[in-house]
Amino acid sequence: MLKIIDLHASVEGKEILRGINLEVKAGEVHAIMGPNGSGKSTLANVIAGKEEYEVEKGQILLEGEDIDELSADERAHKGVFLSFQYPIEIPGVSVTNFIKTAINANRKANGLDDMPAKDMLKMIREKSEMLAIDRKFLSRSLNEGFSGGEKKRNEIFQMAMLEPKLAILDETDSGLDIDALRIVADGVNALKTKDNAVIVITHYQRLLDHIIPDFVHVLHEGRIVKSGSKELAHKLEEKGYDWIKEEVELD
Amino acid sequence: MAFENLVDVESPIHDVRSEAIKTFEDEGFPSKRNEDWKYTSLNSILKHDYSVFPKQENHTEYRDIKKYLINDIDSYKIIFIDGKYSSHLSQTTHEGIDVCLMSSALAKPKYRPIIENYFNKAATKDSISSLNTAFSQEGAYIHIPKNKLVEKPIQIVHFSTGNESALMLQPRNLIVVDENSHVQIIERHQSLTENPVLTNCVTEIFAGKRSIVDYYKIQNDKQSASLIDNTFIKQKDESHASVHTFSFGGNLTRNNLSFYQEGERIDSTLKGVTIIGDKQHVDHNTLVHHIEPNCESHQDYKGIFGDRSTGVFNGKVLVNKEAQKTNAFQSNNNILLTDKASINTKPQLEIFADDVKCSHGCTIGQLDEDAMFYMQSRGIPEKEARALLMFAFSNNVMNSVKIPEIKQRITKIIANKLGVNLGFDL
Repeated sequence: MLKIIDLHASVEGKEILRGINLEVKAGEVHAIMGPNGSGKSTLANVIAGKEEYEVEKGQILLEGEDIDELSADERAHKGVFLSFQYPIEIPGVSVTNFIKTAINANRKANGLDDMPAKDMLKMIREKSEMLAIDRKFLSRSLNEGFSGGEKKRNEIFQMAMLEPKLAILDETDSGLDIDALRIVADGVNALKTKDNAVIVITHYQRLLDHIIPDFVHVLHEGRIVKSGSKELAHKLEEKGYDWIKEEVELD
Repeated sequence: MAFENLVDVESPIHDVRSEAIKTFEDEGFPSKRNEDWKYTSLNSILKHDYSVFPKQENHTEYRDIKKYLINDIDSYKIIFIDGKYSSHLSQTTHEGIDVCLMSSALAKPKYRPIIENYFNKAATKDSISSLNTAFSQEGAYIHIPKNKLVEKPIQIVHFSTGNESALMLQPRNLIVVDENSHVQIIERHQSLTENPVLTNCVTEIFAGKRSIVDYYKIQNDKQSASLIDNTFIKQKDESHASVHTFSFGGNLTRNNLSFYQEGERIDSTLKGVTIIGDKQHVDHNTLVHHIEPNCESHQDYKGIFGDRSTGVFNGKVLVNKEAQKTNAFQSNNNILLTDKASINTKPQLEIFADDVKCSHGCTIGQLDEDAMFYMQSRGIPEKEARALLMFAFSNNVMNSVKIPEIKQRITKIIANKLGVNLGFDL
């Protein structure tokens, strides 16, 4: 699904990613953890195609295709989805109209006609029910005046509607209380199939109690310094990140 | 200029006209030395040899103009072709209200009291307005007597056919709305060919006690057309008047919009969306004069400037010493899409009362790159994402449009201008 080879990326001349190697196969859930400033969000944004980030070296292959030259929307058309750490407010554009526009843009890019209104409404109803989203919420302006939890739930709603192949969840747990966390996690788990993959980026382990990762990677100063199973996340929760830093420095 | 022999000396407004001619002859067109015209030069549009009184009668069919009207609502229509009233395209009325022509109001004795009380009583005596006062021959005359809720909006549309190689139009509209009445008016100036047109329009509006007047200006003309639009509104106690100005087209557009609050508990709303490109120029010059206590004014202008286009916002709020408890708000936000586009924005507050709330703010920025990335990451291509952001940016202004069909029309015009199909109405 996704293969990242020796990826170096910088923003405003400052190198943030310093040689990332990562392979995510269909059906897998990967967690990327690490202390603040280790490059987690940068990695998410670089995969999704944010323009301010400059890939200096290395490759990002999506199903074997180098996506470096593709714009963010073209990557989305190929099935990449990023759940934002800080979703943007778009006044005057309702959640429903936004998602309709997005779905039909993706369909158009893939040579399909607009989704019939009836199917769209049905899908919106199903997915919003799954995420316990109130109908009234759907006619509100996108993210405008939403609480932290509402914003994150809305991100997962968009993910559910767009059915991406590769979903990257950037700090989706921040700002969520325990109930909202469970709803969001259940939503992600319900969307999980053997054909798609999820990368969960998080500082804490608590989301990983609900979305169980197959692999956990620790990012430190722009490199993956340790990879392991879900037990690694527990160890990080208990011991913090300092022991990893020490290990790295010993190397 | 010796136009005097073309002016009807029997007219009830003969003296007003003579005076206006003198004013214009003394002052001429405003130059950039005039502070109010510092950023808008008329030189380029005055170089054409405009004919002022078109000779040819023009035959224009409904199918030629249909797309410029708002058709999906039942409305009165006052349609002018090259400055002349077109009876077969119009739908006027005298049933309970007068929706008709300035020329007949000026000619018939029964309208004389209204003309004498109101004609040229709101317009300022500046040279541009005087030019119109001197030579205008036609326009809309609307009188709504008290306690009338006019259910059908009134569309005033001035077309130019381009049969004259260059045409100058001087439409003159008078709108008198008496106590407790409510009216909605849509105004548009539209040329049908690429020949140069200069329109210098004056509209006077008198909003009586507790009346509601909602006025919408759709400016989406061809780039061969320029418009100087002068609108003066006098309001009495507890009246609500609003003007929404949507500026998308034209070569040079200057909007002079002045509100005078002659009473208490008055509400005035001035809103605008400007989206232009190429070398277009749009200038909003507004005045709200708070004369009496306990009144409000709300100004909200949004501008998006692409290519080498230029914008001006000059918003003056004047609060008299007597006008205590005034609430005056002004906001002007602009987005520059290129580094060749520019905007000059200048709030001007003159406050002589001490117990008032006045706020103003202006911003100039670019489209939010984070928001662009957010939308593109959902698969929305750059052009559509840009359009959505522009809609979002103008949303505050669109929200207060009370006629849904106008909102839809404006949405469509913007979408066309940006070359996108959004697939939904905002």
